[in-house]
Amino acid sequence: MTATAENRAAAVAPADPMVPRPFRIVRRQRELSDTFTMELTAEDGQPFDFRPGQFNMLYAFGAGVSAISISGEKSSGRLLHTVRAVGTVTDRLQALRKGDVVGLRGPFGRPWPVDRARRRDVLIIAGGIGLAPLRPAIHHVLANRGDYGRVLILYGARTPDDILFPKDLKAWRSRFDVFVDVTVDRAAPGWAGKIGVVPDLIERAAFSAEDATAMVCGPEVMMLFTVRALLRAGMAEEDVYVSMERNMKCAVGFCGHCQFGGRFVCKDGPVFAYTDIAHHMTVREL
Amino acid sequence: MVEIDGLSKLLKEHPFFADWSDDYRDLLAGCAANHRFDANDYIAREGQPADKFFLVRHGTVVLEYPVPGREPVLLETLHEGGVFGWSWMIAPYRWAFDARATELVRAVSMDATCLRGKCDADHTLGYELFRQFIPIMARRLEATRLRLLDVYGSTR
Repeated sequence: MTATAENRAAAVAPADPMVPRPFRIVRRQRELSDTFTMELTAEDGQPFDFRPGQFNMLYAFGAGVSAISISGEKSSGRLLHTVRAVGTVTDRLQALRKGDVVGLRGPFGRPWPVDRARRRDVLIIAGGIGLAPLRPAIHHVLANRGDYGRVLILYGARTPDDILFPKDLKAWRSRFDVFVDVTVDRAAPGWAGKIGVVPDLIERAAFSAEDATAMVCGPEVMMLFTVRALLRAGMAEEDVYVSMERNMKCAVGFCGHCQFGGRFVCKDGPVFAYTDIAHHMTVREL
Repeated sequence: MVEIDGLSKLLKEHPFFADWSDDYRDLLAGCAANHRFDANDYIAREGQPADKFFLVRHGTVVLEYPVPGREPVLLETLHEGGVFGWSWMIAPYRWAFDARATELVRAVSMDATCLRGKCDADHTLGYELFRQFIPIMARRLEATRLRLLDVYGSTR
């Protein structure tokens, strides 16, 4: 990340990062059987700025707080969060409806290196719900398409029914200046797309390995295999970025819940250059 | 001779043989045959003699496993530049799955009996062929393991 991007990211942090602001759910959309998107607007009417890849702490009052990546911006101040219901807090968030209020702290964390990637080929590689934190980066790259070389979006899901944002994928695929490839782990007869894993997509993708930046988000094992495939293709570790996930509580590096080796995922991540954490990714205790 | 020249050119265009010497490619072109399959044509059937392997030049092939009384299980898709069918290397030389074209497929087959004969006569050729196949087999195994992990499944 450039110093400019760092400064911008720091500049949008709230004055007291531990005080949640009330946000109202203005729209709620089911994405998958266990995944939904909430469109939020600030009750105080203040604008909300963020960088692609950052996350917020969302409060389901009475249940707790959970770190949720920002999955897009509908319009200025209207934030999108795509949530998978996998526990107490996210279950409660799933039960909320239009008009309900959540608490929000953020944005936090280091963003995707969209500035550093300028004038280079860009590989955006997602698995499962990992497409959600990458969607703002995709929006940014496509909104500034002329600043980048080849743009490739590679996505893997469990089954065809688990493909996130299918309309977005279709829209991106319909552009002539973006290469989109999707694969699933398993499918029933009738599926006309690819069956296989994300690293297979990398082998067939056309990009300049010496002059490319990769942004990878998905389950940690998927990212590990994906990074190996990128390195096999000739990419350097410092050009590969991954978004890590750990149990985040304070989001400002105080509580230590998300400690990852000598770093905190909330403060030093969630986006890391692979070269900075490569030696930690295979440590079982982490 | 003209036909073999054409097949040698097709082999050169495919990633599997792209880095091979012209001499070996010309030699192996004698084992090659050009194919075209329409959508839903079966290229191979599980249990049948594995007398060749295929290089996909165009189109998509799905590898599937037949399950009696149920729809087949789709295992993997292969595309332009892909290779399938290493049962010809492993006794008893029977296909381990069905291979079906899902659209128009153009492929080159390599005849197993012919290949074995050439490899027996020239062990360096056999070594090169195995050296080419083994990384592909390893990556397929790695991909299978990754799918077994079911990484996208719920963490509940």
